[in-house]
Amino acid sequence: MTDTILQTTDLGVSFSTESGTVDAVRGVSLSVAPGETLALVGESGSGKSTVALAAMGLLSGNATASGSAVVAGHEVVGATEPALRGLRGKTVSMVFQEPATALDPLTRVGEQIAEVIRNHRSVPAAAARSEAVELLGKVGIPDPSTRARAFPFELSGGQRQRVVIAMAIANNPALLIADEPTTALDVTVQAEILELLRALAVDSGTGVLLVTHNMGVVADFADRVAVMLQGEIVETGPVEDVLLRPQHEYTKRLLAAVPRLDTPESVAARDRAAAPVVQVVEETDGRLGSAPVVDLRDVSVTFGRGARAVHALSGIDIAVHAGETVGLVGESGSGKSTAARVALGLIKPTAGAVHLFGEDLRRTRGRDRRALRSGIGVVLQDPVASLDARMSVGECIAEPLAVHRRGMSTGERRKRVDGVLDAVRLPRALANRAPRELSGGQRQRVSLARALVLDPRLLVADEPTSALDVSVQEAVLEVLTELQGELGFACLFVSHDLAVVQHFAERVVVMRRGVIEEQGTTGTTLLHPTTDYTRRLLAAVPVPDPVLQRQRRAERLATLAAVES
Amino acid sequence: MTTVQMAPEAPGAPVTVAATGFRLAARRFSHNTLAVIGLAVIVVIVLFCFVGPFLYPTDQTHTQLSQANLGPSAAHWLGTDAVGHDVLGRLMYGGKVSLMVGIAAGILATVVGTLWGSVAGYVGGWVDAVMMRIVDAGIAIPALFILLVISAITTPGVGGLIVILGLVSWLVPSRLIRAETLTLKNRDYVLTLRAIGGSHARAIGKHLLPNSVSTIVVAATFQVADAILLVAYVSYLGLGVQAPATDWGGMLSAGLTAAYSGRWWLIVPPGLAVILVVCAFNAVGDGLRDAFDVRGRG
Repeated sequence: MTDTILQTTDLGVSFSTESGTVDAVRGVSLSVAPGETLALVGESGSGKSTVALAAMGLLSGNATASGSAVVAGHEVVGATEPALRGLRGKTVSMVFQEPATALDPLTRVGEQIAEVIRNHRSVPAAAARSEAVELLGKVGIPDPSTRARAFPFELSGGQRQRVVIAMAIANNPALLIADEPTTALDVTVQAEILELLRALAVDSGTGVLLVTHNMGVVADFADRVAVMLQGEIVETGPVEDVLLRPQHEYTKRLLAAVPRLDTPESVAARDRAAAPVVQVVEETDGRLGSAPVVDLRDVSVTFGRGARAVHALSGIDIAVHAGETVGLVGESGSGKSTAARVALGLIKPTAGAVHLFGEDLRRTRGRDRRALRSGIGVVLQDPVASLDARMSVGECIAEPLAVHRRGMSTGERRKRVDGVLDAVRLPRALANRAPRELSGGQRQRVSLARALVLDPRLLVADEPTSALDVSVQEAVLEVLTELQGELGFACLFVSHDLAVVQHFAERVVVMRRGVIEEQGTTGTTLLHPTTDYTRRLLAAVPVPDPVLQRQRRAERLATLAAVES
Repeated sequence: MTTVQMAPEAPGAPVTVAATGFRLAARRFSHNTLAVIGLAVIVVIVLFCFVGPFLYPTDQTHTQLSQANLGPSAAHWLGTDAVGHDVLGRLMYGGKVSLMVGIAAGILATVVGTLWGSVAGYVGGWVDAVMMRIVDAGIAIPALFILLVISAITTPGVGGLIVILGLVSWLVPSRLIRAETLTLKNRDYVLTLRAIGGSHARAIGKHLLPNSVSTIVVAATFQVADAILLVAYVSYLGLGVQAPATDWGGMLSAGLTAAYSGRWWLIVPPGLAVILVVCAFNAVGDGLRDAFDVRGRG
């Protein structure tokens, strides 16, 4: 077995927990050849990360592995800790999801890399240091000899992930395990990191086991794909086969649920396929003439004072009209969540005015202001933190009623809660359950039910689906769209996912560093953007089609090269 | 997507009913042997101090010099002290004071600390800064020093002792509760409530306090243990409740001279009682912390 560097045979992992033994992984057999990238995909809880950890021998204390996992000729299952230590970082190394926590904040990055080198090879400190600088250059960090002396907090998220990768490849491992290596990063940074990993794998013949939930990343990077469902592999094959001609029912469903970014080409292709229908462009329908539901005018937000002041928003204008959905997109730090919070009245603007339902928020006080707020529904990102663990689902949903409809009887309240539970397609019996008994998708629908219980005129949703699996995301967005059609509320939808916004929103506002880069209808702005920034954002989104993605990648690199020269 | 419509309970998963995490916490607590033993010890000692005197009546007010300094015997199970009080009876009698003062002072400290800390954490800004600097200043002065000064000025009774001990030991719980409040007030459900116009009172009463209950209860247990120890300190130094009343610390102090003449029964029982109760409260506190933790944040 010299031609495979990872070979698992009938690998199983079970965890012993308070409520008994749970089989997380069952009968997983897969192999990775040198220079090959195998993507392990699946939704949360499918066991994909557990397989990766088992291959490193990094399972937690309450886990037991069975079967076999051979890395470059060494059996990992049942190996002793010293034997594993010799293997880790040298033969097999790992890139984790969160670059912020993967590095020691108090050690200079160059030293951290040198340490990995000296752990496995007896080289003098000076030689290790200069090798670390070389590695930093190799992973594309500009001015490596200076940057080697930087602390992790002095680097951006993307640069940190590059340092983590430099540490992982320091001893030329035969196998690199990357567990969601780009999930915490913005799309443009993600594209660069994937580019780097691909180049490294090709150059050194390192095999890569890529664990991800993102089908676009798979299409961009993987040679072969293994799809996991509830601890078992349901389908394996070359990336073209699995993504374009999936065999298993689950893979088909998974792919169907992935929101796809429309490009001018794909739209044209679709139009050709369909009968020549007249394209309905609702650029200026009547409702844009009416007063907006929420109107941010020349709003600036500054945190802190003096030299340390951070300008989170500088002079932005956003208006949302009745019945329409406005998508607010941008990378992390662009100020999109801050803008949403200003609209919600949670953050007071430093300058500018916010009009809610036609009233200036600065001129309303106390009771009036509260009454005004009853017209808002809110759904926030984190399905766990959104619901108070000490309340039942019914109490959570009824909370806005308790705030604004004090006179309501218990019976009426109960009826209203049942009504909104029906609306978000959750069974009424759920009202008596505790939030922690619910899945992430169910929780987000409970949040949505709570947001709708007062018949709001405006719904503000801050990344409502980004913590969810794609199939669950699809279900939640479906409910949301349907309810908006019925109830006609306006929606301010904050998301980092351009594909989701393209499908869900009518207008889009692209933000960058606290200012609005451009805004317009999604059909125009996201298909024919006028600014370079939007163009770069769009080009960096990987699509779950390996053939198309290869083309897009080439185009993107050509554009970047053209810009640089 | 139909799969997420209503996921049935995972097979084998226990079907939980109550909306609160208390049942889970109780189960977890009952698995913690040390904590259960601690709880049992507390119950036994409370019964010993408050019910014991009815089963083993002794005279703790009159001195009986004819009966002084007797060793353990059938009439006096733990002997008598220098003025003829039965030591076992005195242990019950003094324990009443120690426990009452300790528990009341511990609870008072927790209540004051909770109010102070939650106001500071929730309001934030300069109010928080001023309130917490006061706490810092308080922590910088040793509690024992304050106690000695106060005791030198006045001779506190049981009520006074409770108030004084409570007011010197609320500082640490106030810091704990402030930290808890800081994280809770930025939870998404609190933000959501505020965004739709919910009042501060509701945010505090419905979300912040119920969610801090575990922290508060755990803090209270440790505070009680500390307060019992503190009562023993001040009484040992002769500044606690005055004769003929006594407490475990006072008994230790009175018995100190006897230690050199071999009358161990004056020292060992009250010393053991203090150690036992303090350890028991700490074990229960540990157990509670672990038990509440299992609820997670989910």
